[in-house]
Amino acid sequence: MTNVILEMRSITKEFPGVKALSNVNLQVKQGEIHALCGENGAGKSTLMKVLSGVYPHGSYTGDILFDNEVCEFKNIRQSEERGIVIIHQELALIPYLSIAENIFLGNEISRNGVIDWNETMMRTKELLQKVGLKESPQTKVEDIGVGKQQLVEIAKALAKDVKLLILDEPTASLNENDSENLLNLLLEFKGYGMSAIMISHKLNEIERVADSMTIIRDGQSIETLDMKKDNVNQDRIIKGMVGRDLTNRYPERTPKIGETIFEVENWTVYHPAHAERKAIDNVSLNIRRGEIVGVAGLMGAGRTELAMSIFGKAYGKKISGRIVKNGKEVQFPNVTSAIKQGMAYVSEDRKGNGLILMEDIKQNITLASLDKISKGPVIDANKERIEAENYRKKLRIKTPSVLQKAGNLSGGNQQKMVLSKWIFSEPDILILDEPTRGIDVGAKYEIYSIINELAAEGKGILLISSELPELLGMCDRVYVMNEGSITGEVTKEEASQETLMMYMTKQKVRG
Amino acid sequence: MQSHAQKERNYSSLQPESPIKQLFKNNMRQYSMIFALIVIMLLFQVLTSGLLLQPLNITNLILQNSYILILAIGMMLVIITGHIDLSVGSIAAFVGAISAILMVNYEMSTFGAVAISLLVGAAIGAWQGFWVAYVKIPAFIVTLAGMLLFRGLTMIVLEGKSIAPFPETFQKMSSGFIPDGSAANVVTLLIGAALSVALVITQLKARRTQKKFDFDVQSKGLFMLKLVGMVVLLNVFTYVLASYEGIPNVLILLGILIIVYTYVMKKTKAGRHIYAIGGNEKAAQLSGIKTKQMTFWVFVNMGVLSALSGLIFAARLNAATPKAGNLFELDAIAACFIGGASAYGGIGTVPGAIIGGLVMGIMNNGMSLLGLGIDWQQGIKGLVLLAAVAFDIYNKNKAA
Repeated sequence: MTNVILEMRSITKEFPGVKALSNVNLQVKQGEIHALCGENGAGKSTLMKVLSGVYPHGSYTGDILFDNEVCEFKNIRQSEERGIVIIHQELALIPYLSIAENIFLGNEISRNGVIDWNETMMRTKELLQKVGLKESPQTKVEDIGVGKQQLVEIAKALAKDVKLLILDEPTASLNENDSENLLNLLLEFKGYGMSAIMISHKLNEIERVADSMTIIRDGQSIETLDMKKDNVNQDRIIKGMVGRDLTNRYPERTPKIGETIFEVENWTVYHPAHAERKAIDNVSLNIRRGEIVGVAGLMGAGRTELAMSIFGKAYGKKISGRIVKNGKEVQFPNVTSAIKQGMAYVSEDRKGNGLILMEDIKQNITLASLDKISKGPVIDANKERIEAENYRKKLRIKTPSVLQKAGNLSGGNQQKMVLSKWIFSEPDILILDEPTRGIDVGAKYEIYSIINELAAEGKGILLISSELPELLGMCDRVYVMNEGSITGEVTKEEASQETLMMYMTKQKVRG
Repeated sequence: MQSHAQKERNYSSLQPESPIKQLFKNNMRQYSMIFALIVIMLLFQVLTSGLLLQPLNITNLILQNSYILILAIGMMLVIITGHIDLSVGSIAAFVGAISAILMVNYEMSTFGAVAISLLVGAAIGAWQGFWVAYVKIPAFIVTLAGMLLFRGLTMIVLEGKSIAPFPETFQKMSSGFIPDGSAANVVTLLIGAALSVALVITQLKARRTQKKFDFDVQSKGLFMLKLVGMVVLLNVFTYVLASYEGIPNVLILLGILIIVYTYVMKKTKAGRHIYAIGGNEKAAQLSGIKTKQMTFWVFVNMGVLSALSGLIFAARLNAATPKAGNLFELDAIAACFIGGASAYGGIGTVPGAIIGGLVMGIMNNGMSLLGLGIDWQQGIKGLVLLAAVAFDIYNKNKAA
């Protein structure tokens, strides 16, 4: 029988007016990878904050037993001293400092307050070797990719003598290769006896690495499953998370595809900072009426750059190529003109590029189409509210009122708000860049339904996604990109994860 | 499914709070500012044994603070876009000097000189806006350079000396009253009454349309109370002014600026664009807002208002001096932050800037009446600025 390293017993945590956790139990065995699953807002992060001391002892009820000792953490430092280290979804590295400085930040190797650089560099080298990162300890963190940064975070945790590593959505911003690396690393550390808790929305990853899992729903622990014994598969997990069978993860749709309404020809874009580098190289694509066209590619393949350069030259320099819309050549010299001519772009970075979090929902929804609610220069506030209210109902944005601040909504509802904004601008062509990133399964389904409805209305949809099942489930046709070029075009019938992956890693043919 | 229904119920349970509590919750920031202003006013009213709210002193207060308030309006726009302007005091001084040279040395007509001065202000604003919006140099640096540059230019064109006196028509801009006749009192009272009627009509109309669209409105009693309160306040104010010399010209100008800018920021697309840029420039740009162009015009606007402020200050002083406008920028910036602007952009209102400006102005005036030295005044003002912003952040943290 394996030992239990962590036991959280009937944890209850209340915020003013909301019971975030009620009687949650969690048991993690020594040397296992334990997955924590649940929809957004189910209480996973809150539970981990209780565990790591972000919410100090006394602000919750229930007991935490770690290594058979009752723990009452007052802050993160105390939990880290015991060997509980959490790696957050948003990496907490300082870009301008070196890898070594980051790894020992707040934990410096020093004598009398003076840092021992030799020792620091040596230890860093050892740690980097352990996590399989071939970089000099003196490389600045800003100069390495996200995948490598994630490895630095893990090295940082190792430097703290971690016994229980908590990873919150560790692969959310990683491409397939880096994710694979990271998961292998986790399995390797498990071999050395480290325990881990992994929060993830990527069910295939959980299926692959986890030994057991706990499902949390609406602030309660629903069940704990042993992956092997209980024969857990993805459908089983989803059922537990949403509390119902989700037999079909992608809504039914009978595509009604018409004539070609949008074409991009020989599109070439240079990198804004490195004038000689082509970010997009001679890309041509087309979209037909009512069609959902996917764009697959690894991170850095140039998908977002392609979308943004088309959308009113919001990215890149020295852009060349032709855009033909409804049979006529058009120019989008800036975003304003692109929107006026029926384009919409839903950014992958919802908070950074999509929303104004401090403004209310109605202002966010109407921002791209103020002309529609204005007489001359003056906004009709009543009309604005009515329109926003319509979209709140239509897209089922869960909020008491459109006067709520955008920042108060959950990820899925924020995404619905962004979609509302762009549907309200009445585009013919919608470019959706990772529209379901960081959104729970239930909300994803709703977003898919919205996308299908838009296609059924005769709009053309370009769907950029890193989740291959999503592309396979939603698209009529998929373009695959690598290194700024299109390396393949696959119809729904031919498409499979394997074919997409093959094109995604295919080197471009020069000529 | 069940969980969704449960959530819906939770939301609806938020609604039935007592209306007064709701009102205060939603407008906490606004009310706390007004409340602070009233407390400071009453405090100095008591400390100065009633001197503060004498008709003469109220008129003085308006005349003394008009140029800061004008700057604060422009500064609020700059701060909402997420920038800052340190050069406004120097621009005011420079434009004042230009106007003096035009009117005194070249004997140009008041109208022509004022028009040229405002254009100079616009050109200076365009100069700074260009560097901030298109070259993307941080506004702090551009306007710090502007502060030095235009202070230097002021001293150069004035050759280190003051120029005086201005023609009488120009002085009237700042020191005149409406109308300059024996019937001043009646006209002032009439203006107060006319404004009251306009206020009541617009408020009633707004409430009626809100009701028509089935939006939640304040309870009738509360609404009437607020309306009556505003009308009484307005008429007491005009009565007090009438019992001295009437409404100062500069107050009319200020009133128009406040109304126009409040309207622009609250009701127009331009205002919405400015808030959006400050809230999230990238998102604003990807929503089709011409962020660079808008930022540029916000600085042009600041230049024009700095010029106006400089003219009014010169007219009040009846001289253009090399030291004019010294530290005006800091008073204007302080007014905005006391009035609820966010240092990160995206948040703030024009009435807030005015209230913040009045807090500063009343403290200046009150402390001077008490005979406090400039040393103590500076120190106390600094603490009040810090306290106001600390209070604001405390409130926000509590709300979150």
